Amino acid sequence: MKKVKADPKGVLTGAHYLDGDFAIAEGGLAAGCRFFAGYPITPSTETAERFVERIPFVGGVFIQMEDEIASITALIGAVWGGQKAMTVTSGPGFSLMMENIGLAAMMETPLVIANVQRGGPSTGLPTLVGQGDMMQVRWGSHGDIKIIALAPDSPQECFDLTIEAFNLSEMYRVPTFIMTDECVGHMHEKVVIPPADKIEIVERKWYEGPKDKYLPYKPDKDLVPFMVKAGDGYRFHTTGLTHDERGYPAINAEAQDWCVRHLNDKITKNADKIIRFEEDQTHNAEIVVISYGITSRVAVKAVQMARKAGIKVGTLRLITCWPFPEKRIKELAGKIKAFVVPELNYGQMALEVERASAGKAPAVRVSHMGGWVHDPEDILKVIKEAAK
Amino acid sequence: MIYFGTLKPKKGKIHINKNRCKGCGFCVEYCPKDVLELSEEFNVKGYHPPRVVKEDDCIYCQLCEAICPEFSIFVTLKKEEEEGEKGESRP
Amino acid sequence: MNEEYCEVEEKNPMEEFLRMDRIPHIWCPGCGLGTVVTSFVEAVRKSDLDLDKLAVVSGIGCTGRIAGYVKFDSFHSTHGRALPFATGLKLANPDLKVVVISGDGDIHGIGGNHFIHAARRNMDMLVICVNNFNYAMTGGQVAATTPKLANLSTAPYGNFEYSFSLPYLADACGATYVARWTALHLRRVTRSIQEALQKRGFSYIEVITPCVTLYARRNRLGDGLSLLKYYYDNAEIQHGADTRTLDIGYQGKIIIGKFIDREKPTFLDCMNEHLAKVLGDKYQRYGEPHD
Repeated sequence: MKKVKADPKGVLTGAHYLDGDFAIAEGGLAAGCRFFAGYPITPSTETAERFVERIPFVGGVFIQMEDEIASITALIGAVWGGQKAMTVTSGPGFSLMMENIGLAAMMETPLVIANVQRGGPSTGLPTLVGQGDMMQVRWGSHGDIKIIALAPDSPQECFDLTIEAFNLSEMYRVPTFIMTDECVGHMHEKVVIPPADKIEIVERKWYEGPKDKYLPYKPDKDLVPFMVKAGDGYRFHTTGLTHDERGYPAINAEAQDWCVRHLNDKITKNADKIIRFEEDQTHNAEIVVISYGITSRVAVKAVQMARKAGIKVGTLRLITCWPFPEKRIKELAGKIKAFVVPELNYGQMALEVERASAGKAPAVRVSHMGGWVHDPEDILKVIKEAAK
Repeated sequence: MIYFGTLKPKKGKIHINKNRCKGCGFCVEYCPKDVLELSEEFNVKGYHPPRVVKEDDCIYCQLCEAICPEFSIFVTLKKEEEEGEKGESRP
Repeated sequence: MNEEYCEVEEKNPMEEFLRMDRIPHIWCPGCGLGTVVTSFVEAVRKSDLDLDKLAVVSGIGCTGRIAGYVKFDSFHSTHGRALPFATGLKLANPDLKVVVISGDGDIHGIGGNHFIHAARRNMDMLVICVNNFNYAMTGGQVAATTPKLANLSTAPYGNFEYSFSLPYLADACGATYVARWTALHLRRVTRSIQEALQKRGFSYIEVITPCVTLYARRNRLGDGLSLLKYYYDNAEIQHGADTRTLDIGYQGKIIIGKFIDREKPTFLDCMNEHLAKVLGDKYQRYGEPHD
């Protein structure tokens, strides 16, 4: 894994007052992203607008494609052309992108997609918050793939996690998602952007061996193959069909077994290095509140009130939603009374918590369908109920 | 001044990869000198590959090479010294 | 390669441009696709392109398999999405020469929207659309190019829909080079591809090919050879013809030739020119050699 300093051209060092969407664009530019293909969709359009305003001075391309399907496909093409690429969208556009997210995963293409979630399903609430795509990001594309998804809770985290998303996607050659929401996306807060030499960027895993010995999908020791780009004379082929190490289509059961295991294991076996979460006072907690995104900020208030009422509440804020931190949840489940999972959906990550706790501690949902954030009182009520 | 007397028509040597052929008949049909015909034999896939019947008539136009969908026939230029010899014809 | 397949003492000169470890290919006997590949490879060979910089992108379908057989940086993307893939590839590395080779159903059916926008933007790429009038790979379904009356699996009583005139569509969307040939017009196809490879802008070449197992069989049109011959015999060359007159009826006359050949600034040209004008020295020109 080769780490370099960020290119100062893309880094807007200083303290800024930005909204989450803008911070994602700044994070992308700081990470070295020089290609953006997108389609306008509320509430994510601001990211595209910020990127297109800044990119002429940084050196790169912004193209507004004809739809989200074209956007994601153009990203894949751009990555194989050698650039770092990102796009941003929301629920309906995210659904359109699903087939080609599968293509990106199958071709092992590093790219970053931000989903500024809004109320769903379907056209839903275009201008209001939701968190209803959490399961879709994991399972939306057909077939067995594994992806990485991060959930920022503030514009500062939008900036930081976008850089991290680029790094993770390059390390594991996998599409990486930033699952933010309309509240965080449209919230203006202080964002401190450090100087370029303090930002660590992971370079793509370029192949440097002899041209005639290159096998596009031969896994390295860390289970991730080396990558090349078009135009360097490797004359490689890559396809969305089930393929072998040479990248050639291999339509048989053995190749399918090899392919699917490889795509999934490279994430599963490296999960410990990828997963991040933030815990607070969980060591002697009776109840643990698991949350992410904007909901985690509301939960802070609810937890404060609960602790004042004498309940031992711990919090676990998911920074990496996928891969899910099953190990930690399993550990906690053995020691606590219950998990409380507030979400702006009808219970999605709560299902994962339930699965990981394997019956040892119930995952009590605090479902709010979106359109606005929870009232801390509602979360407090459920915490009190669960603590009885 | 007339140069025609010293000009000689090019002659080609035909190479056929019999086992890759799928017997479509394009080369046989479009050879301008009718040098090829579909043989009676079967290749490994059960198709009738072409065979050269009028070897000396090949004028190296390379149409068979350009038209073959299986990349299994091509022509090389017969050098002057070879012209007198009987080339290896494939029955 | 399998032992069954005999080696000849001299290598076919085409082999250096093909992935020989994947030959023989999957196409039917009498399919025009192999011929199109040969014409393409001939054109590439005759041009003075840096072959390391040639990238071939294709979609899904019989024609889509071409990417897997040519020995260039090649990409087999999803159905209909070869054009945006090629757009991203070209914009990320403007030094590449990007060629999209895909079928009529892939480019103009599911990929219709992407086609009109790539042509509208005048993206610098060559699109070779192999037209066999149906969706062959999935068993011969009706496509946007199927002429009225043809019989296919999803039009078992005959097609009653109108069909596209592809050169008209390409011209209307703003392509800078539009030509149509049949697969048997070997050397003309090669020459057309050579010309288009030298051009900047969105070039479009339609090649009408026989589809033996599906289109020909379902419509009792004979074998590959008869259909290839039929297309050739019924083709009439009219260079520069008005693209509005190029419809193809069922087993009707086919007008072929080079219809459009014009110059227009490409997407990157427009972007650089405009932003340089508006933003002055602060603008970082993209895709042009730096000092």
